[in-house]
Amino acid sequence: MTVALPREKVRTRLSDAASGLLYLSPSIVLFGVFLVYPLLRTIYLSFFRTDTQGTPLEFVGVGHYSTLFTSAAFWQSIQATVGFVLLTVPLTILIALGLALLANEKLKGMGIFRTAFSATMGMSVAASSVIWMFMYNPSIGIFNRFLEAVGASGVQWLLDPQYALLSVSLATVWMNIGFTFLILLGGLQNIDRTLYESADIAGTSYWTQLRAITIPMLSPTLFFVGIISLINAFQTFGQIDLLTKGGPTNATNVIVYAIYKDAFINYNVGSASAQAVLLFIAVLLLTWLQFKLVERKVHYQ
Amino acid sequence: MRLRNISVYVLLVLCAVVMLFPIAYAFSISLMDGKEVLQGHLLPREPSLENYVAAFERIPMMTYLLNSLIVALLVMIGQVVLSSLAAFAFVFIDFKGKGLIFMLFLATMMVPWEATMVPNFLTIQSLGWLNSVWGLSVPFFALAFGTFLLRQQFKTIPYEMYEASQIAGISRFRFFCNVVLPVSKTPIVTLSVYSFLTTWNMYLWPLLVTNTEQARTVQIGIKQMQSNEVASDWGVVMAAVILIIIPTLVLLFAGQKHLQEGLTQGAIK
Repeated sequence: MTVALPREKVRTRLSDAASGLLYLSPSIVLFGVFLVYPLLRTIYLSFFRTDTQGTPLEFVGVGHYSTLFTSAAFWQSIQATVGFVLLTVPLTILIALGLALLANEKLKGMGIFRTAFSATMGMSVAASSVIWMFMYNPSIGIFNRFLEAVGASGVQWLLDPQYALLSVSLATVWMNIGFTFLILLGGLQNIDRTLYESADIAGTSYWTQLRAITIPMLSPTLFFVGIISLINAFQTFGQIDLLTKGGPTNATNVIVYAIYKDAFINYNVGSASAQAVLLFIAVLLLTWLQFKLVERKVHYQ
Repeated sequence: MRLRNISVYVLLVLCAVVMLFPIAYAFSISLMDGKEVLQGHLLPREPSLENYVAAFERIPMMTYLLNSLIVALLVMIGQVVLSSLAAFAFVFIDFKGKGLIFMLFLATMMVPWEATMVPNFLTIQSLGWLNSVWGLSVPFFALAFGTFLLRQQFKTIPYEMYEASQIAGISRFRFFCNVVLPVSKTPIVTLSVYSFLTTWNMYLWPLLVTNTEQARTVQIGIKQMQSNEVASDWGVVMAAVILIIIPTLVLLFAGQKHLQEGLTQGAIK
């Protein structure tokens, strides 16, 4: 092997930018085609009246936005989305945290329990929804059979506007526990064991340690999980499509389902685009919040 | 101390039973005949695999499974290749504007995919990729999370090794293939498991870009089944559910440790 000549070194340096871009180009091209372009196109289309194929016909300014803000259906979908977020996110994190604390105990056979608690991460939304749909079945599902067994009357879980959002949320909490559990368990395992050892020597109780060591040390992971769950909840679609189709009376018509219906069933691409832009802004704000919190965490350390 | 351990075990078992109940219930239903399902039994009197046979005979389950497998493998390979190439450039190649491009990569994570689905659908349509594995896979090849994950790993490789290889006249691409990739097996496995799981379980996009039996993935197949079949065929539907969750459950259990470490890294660093 020959020693590199100075001339070649210069050439290498000159070509650094070119070769760097070469390595990045597949990602850059695909991001451009399937992320940047469609995002700009969505913003653009939100200012136009379009035909069913999404071809812009007439500039309408903020027309779609002002129509949305005065439409009861839009506020209903915001209400459903917020309700869904509030019903799913805190409960999922609380249950997953409890499971992670249990599974972080140093006991024999823990691997089996960790596997069991993370199982729903491997389950698709479609498969899980079908199972829950059966469990919610008014005549043969397990929930109503249980109610009947204790002498109560059955509930139309997915058809009663009072229960539908709650039912879909409960199913979603179950679906999301696996992922949330795995991340929180990882966070718990990263906490320095010596902190607990000195606390043990000092004779502090489990609950004091939980409050004084575990929760503060876990807080960055909790924030992360919180924001990810929030963003995911805003993007919910599958379980709505399978369980309720946005009904009854739009009680579960969350934002992504509303966008889907507007764009692909009503062919109202302009209005769907305006809603998509609003969704984008909401997620942007949440992500920005996350970065702010991470920044604060770094400053504190 | 003894008592405490026993109560922890009791809690663990209770929680595991509740968490696994829906899966076990679905499995139990999948072994029942139609009459028994309607009677609302918890366990089958005479378990039979009839429903599994029916799932393959009455619906194109095999086609769905194959489609999902091909698409998930394509996305997995695409994401690993593109993410590792990009991560390599971010770590080992110096050029102007690298920091800015990296920030832009991270910024793509802020765009909810649903906000771009309408133009993406139109793009795929104009490419003639509706009902094709390309339309189902190519839009997902570039992945900021994957690039970020692999970049973290590549940064732990000593830069001196790279300089030494340059002086020895080894090309960049050979260094990438022969040194960087082999020492990064763990995060690559993590990323692969993550890619496969998320793609196999994808729902909204396949719903938009497939409308023929030949092109559907398992997730859309099961939606079709559930909306077409009458309630008395729940046994067959549940058999299909069990069939489509087995590959991902096996993968999850095999790759759980990797996945947990990888995802936590993303959370903490």
